[in-house]
Amino acid sequence: MTTPKTLYDKIWDAHVAHEADDGTCLLYIDRHLVHEVTSPQAFEGLRLAGRSVRAPEKTIAVPDHNVPTTIDRKSGIDNEESRIQVEALDKNARDFGVHYYPVSDIRQGIVHIVGPEQGWTLPGMTVVCGDSHTATHGAFGALAHGIGTSEVEHVLATQTLIQKKSKNMKVEIKGKLRPGVTAKDITLSVIGATGTAGGTGYVIEYCGEAIRDLSMEGRMTVCNMAIEGGARAGLIAPDEKTFEYCKGRPHAPKGAAWEQAVEYWKSLFTDEGAYFDKVIEIDGEDIAPVVTWGTSPEDVLPITESVPAPESFQGGKVEAVKRSLDYMGLSAGQKLTDIKIDTVFIGSCTNGRIEDLRAAAKILEGKKVKDGMRAMVVPGSGLVRAQAEEEGLADIFKDAGFEWRLAGCSMCLAMNPDQLSEGERCASTSNRNFEGRQGYKGRTHLVSPAMAAAAAVTGYLTDVREMI
Amino acid sequence: MDKFEKFSGIAAPMPLVNIDTDMIIPKQFLKTIKRSGLGINAFAEMRYNSDGSEVGDFVLNKSAYREASILVAGDNFGCGSSREHAPWALSDFGIKVVVSTSFADIFFNNCFKNGMLPIILPEEQVEILMNDAEKGSNARMEVDLEAQTITSSDGSVFSFDVDPFKKHCLLNGLDDIGLTMEKSSSIEAFEKKLVIEQPWL
Repeated sequence: MTTPKTLYDKIWDAHVAHEADDGTCLLYIDRHLVHEVTSPQAFEGLRLAGRSVRAPEKTIAVPDHNVPTTIDRKSGIDNEESRIQVEALDKNARDFGVHYYPVSDIRQGIVHIVGPEQGWTLPGMTVVCGDSHTATHGAFGALAHGIGTSEVEHVLATQTLIQKKSKNMKVEIKGKLRPGVTAKDITLSVIGATGTAGGTGYVIEYCGEAIRDLSMEGRMTVCNMAIEGGARAGLIAPDEKTFEYCKGRPHAPKGAAWEQAVEYWKSLFTDEGAYFDKVIEIDGEDIAPVVTWGTSPEDVLPITESVPAPESFQGGKVEAVKRSLDYMGLSAGQKLTDIKIDTVFIGSCTNGRIEDLRAAAKILEGKKVKDGMRAMVVPGSGLVRAQAEEEGLADIFKDAGFEWRLAGCSMCLAMNPDQLSEGERCASTSNRNFEGRQGYKGRTHLVSPAMAAAAAVTGYLTDVREMI
Repeated sequence: MDKFEKFSGIAAPMPLVNIDTDMIIPKQFLKTIKRSGLGINAFAEMRYNSDGSEVGDFVLNKSAYREASILVAGDNFGCGSSREHAPWALSDFGIKVVVSTSFADIFFNNCFKNGMLPIILPEEQVEILMNDAEKGSNARMEVDLEAQTITSSDGSVFSFDVDPFKKHCLLNGLDDIGLTMEKSSSIEAFEKKLVIEQPWL
């Protein structure tokens, strides 16, 4: 009998184009996603060396980080540096002949939402992008991770990446989730349990009933934040839901090729008895709606708790927590539900998909954003936006007092005009609460879309279970 | 890429844990289409006040550490965003080596692509070097990649592990795209197999 393999082992083995004696491999890359911020230096490197893109048909470019999300963006980008970066991507995509979705295309959006939406992301693939949230695509049972710009250049030139294999970690979420608990609460709770370095050196496979029960959108949310736990990638074995999601997408296989692909994809699961270097088990029913209180994604607590004291931590974390609380303007013992919010941001590659907008709209229906608050929804792609309009979600958001924006990364990283001002406090569906992430001295609390909507209505961090 | 040669330099202590790449180089500086010139903006939001003046007690603003070429840092250095602007900024500032108990995966890889060496040491040893780095301009350490050692200002020698391939590339200043292209026949053979086995790709 052959040695049982994990899902990661199987995908890895299927992509090794060359292995050196010391275990250094050339991993073949099936899909390379490119955005405007981490690619200009890579394309420039190719030009300087007289190299071409080895597989332009496997390379997909879309601007997302810098693009304004206001309706008037058709008139161009005001910020000169942002404009130059987007124009550089336009030119590079054209010069090197890669697939491209410009800002004017309805299919434009956040690269990690566009990839799956267009059927570029399929099970069993290797997917890379110069962006740490590439982990998102792991929801399809694709090995997907972020790379630096030098590696972007390496993949453009060779369609491979120099890699050594990571270790296997299993994160099992057992049983069912309680009402009001979402994929975002799962992924944040896992990071809360393991810490932001808990996954360093590993590829995580998420499994268990609660994961199987999630939609593809929910699975993408879970895998998206694998990087926040330090893991190279997150994976979920493909199943009928995955196939159903992929079927009929523009770049998914058709006809006989589809049948052949599904046949192969059905072999992509962890064999009985396969070895994991680390195993984490969490009961789904123990997971509550959570929020972050500090400046690291590991600073997670159920909404029913209070801000912790620095002294309750150990080692270097004590000083880090003191610094966080000072930055966040919070004091130990303060109830999380007493934290007053200025702004609500719903969007990002973590929570900018149709299901996220549905979850937020469900809470907001017939309600209003609290007076004096700023609230915005930024759909993850032009197609998500169009679908939300068709389903009447856009009207719910607008009636409640939310701004209804065009697609982009927006306030998740604030490279565009969407930023927090000094001291402004935001309930955000994005993925990072780092110092300055959403704007200089801005304060971020990471939450699920439903929790963000609840905060918009009450003006405080709120337990969404009281509103369902 | 320049060859990584044995050197001695000032080490600056940054004991904070989870120093993320947003801290190392805030997003407003990612709009460049170049790799160079980011050093002045390294750690910008910790290093400068909003009026552009320097934050006096930030370590790299202190006269002893302005010429630092080594950072001794808290756990999980370089976490967060994949931005290679982080090592570009550190390198442009003059940092060649970062010592910590752990590094985030992508940042760790990015360092080697830019002639920088991230050194992982056990907690007790990082603590010794952190205390050593507190000595200001007297905190001169020596890094020898060939021998895989870092020597503190009092002459204590600590050995570190490094991946042999990455070490070889650093020591010889090799461009790994060129190295991979030498294996293009393996890549071609793989692609031919792929077309047969997974024609939908």
